[in-house]
Amino acid sequence: MTWGLFTTWILPGLWVTVQVTVFSAALAFTVALAIGTLRTSRWWIVRFLSGAYFEIFRGTSALVMLFWFAFAFPLIFGYELVPMWAGVLALGLTYGAYGSEIVRGALAAVPVAQREAGIALSFTPMQRLRRVEFPQAWPEMVAPLNALTIELMKGTALVSVISVSDLAFAGNVIRLSTGDNAPVYTLLLVMYFLLAFVITRGMRVVERQAKKGVGQEPERVPLFRKRGAGSPGAAGDTRAMGGVNA
Amino acid sequence: MDTPQSTQDDPARPTADATKPDADPAAVPGAGDGHREDGPELIRFQDVTKRFGELTVLDDLCFSVYPRKHVTLIGPSGSGKTTILRLLMTLVKPDEGTITVDGEHLTHEERNGKLVPAGEKHIREVRKKIGMVFQQFNLFPNMRVLRNVTEAPVHVLGMSKDEAEARARDLIELVGLTDHIDKYPTQLSGGQQQRVAIARALAMRPKVLLLDEVTSALDPEMVAGVLDVLRDIAHTTEITMLCVTHEMSFARDISDCVMMFDKGRIVEAAPPEQLFGDPRHQRTRDFLRSVQ
Repeated sequence: MTWGLFTTWILPGLWVTVQVTVFSAALAFTVALAIGTLRTSRWWIVRFLSGAYFEIFRGTSALVMLFWFAFAFPLIFGYELVPMWAGVLALGLTYGAYGSEIVRGALAAVPVAQREAGIALSFTPMQRLRRVEFPQAWPEMVAPLNALTIELMKGTALVSVISVSDLAFAGNVIRLSTGDNAPVYTLLLVMYFLLAFVITRGMRVVERQAKKGVGQEPERVPLFRKRGAGSPGAAGDTRAMGGVNA
Repeated sequence: MDTPQSTQDDPARPTADATKPDADPAAVPGAGDGHREDGPELIRFQDVTKRFGELTVLDDLCFSVYPRKHVTLIGPSGSGKTTILRLLMTLVKPDEGTITVDGEHLTHEERNGKLVPAGEKHIREVRKKIGMVFQQFNLFPNMRVLRNVTEAPVHVLGMSKDEAEARARDLIELVGLTDHIDKYPTQLSGGQQQRVAIARALAMRPKVLLLDEVTSALDPEMVAGVLDVLRDIAHTTEITMLCVTHEMSFARDISDCVMMFDKGRIVEAAPPEQLFGDPRHQRTRDFLRSVQ
């Protein structure tokens, strides 16, 4: 593999991967907040519809959803999506469904007493959600949402199958043209790892801020943590990961 | 004078009902017209029944509270005292009967001359007259002390931020926590948190303050500070108090009337000197002996 191949394929591919990650994460986050909140609604019909969304998108393969947006969507709606946006839609809607479970769970974990205190002060249900319940649920969401964002970032490799020239696509092109299987795939692994690492560090900062916002002492996390140093998000992490099998 | 008052003067209601000790005129000394001096009743429970599944927590309960009175509810746990406060705060709904606050229906509203279960908006309006302090404080952990106290006045009453903060500072001073105004609730002791909760409830300028076992979750050395604050409020403001407590000396101190509950009914209601000094009912005597 030459430097020329690296700059003409790998670097633009990396940029596409970053773009797909950012856009689909933004969409997934929005969907997760909306669906997750609606699933705690007082009205059964709202709970039913948002629950249906969750079940449908959780129960379908992200890969098939990707093909559906790329190849079935144009036939049904007569409107063709640019491959990258088809990818962003499929990933954002699917991972948003997973994320909604995190949001719903965190909201449900806010003590009932907080809701009652909000009622006693005559807040409207919307004010309670915005000023009391959500700010308290937020620090609990950050760690599992971080795990989900990393899953999503790695999942963006799927878009290479609908000919979006992302990192994985670029690696494949180089591999086919040079036959350098081992170095190319090793390089890809390292690059995905570095992206994941950047996301994790960023989310740590968010998490610390969030904890500070509810008066919890921010936890200083060393770069390499000792074994047995428990992390508060650990349980949530596993749960979020368990749900994601694209 | 005496606050809870049997509804025997209600013509629609049979007066000689031996199964209702709360309707026993003897249990409500001074139940003549003297208690009217404070104008119309502020809170009125009319035939209120509340069940949780098979269990009847409140059984056809009638009583009234008059403005500026301090009423204490005592009785064994499970006797329905806290449920009365939760009904008033609209945290639970009665199965039967009606509750009025300051002349307005709390759980019902009149539409086309008919009484129907109240909508969320109506309930919210009426309950602005009521403030509550909880056993577990229930401060908002995501807000500092000052914002805990200003949040509802600003966003519910529409008070300007400056005015709300000025009032909040006064109230926080009243409960003796000026030094802690910028702390988060988790950085305060239980007693301090409870005093913030009192300030938060008062910031809404309620006509009625409900106190639900406010010292039960506190370490013993914290209790006195909270009770001192409440005594101060009881003696210096015009607020009506409805208070569930196991602190009998506190009840004796602040109450105009003490109501003894058992099994969802009022066993006996009397001024504290009489109820503690010379209880009429055996059930009251047994209860008082067990807590003293």
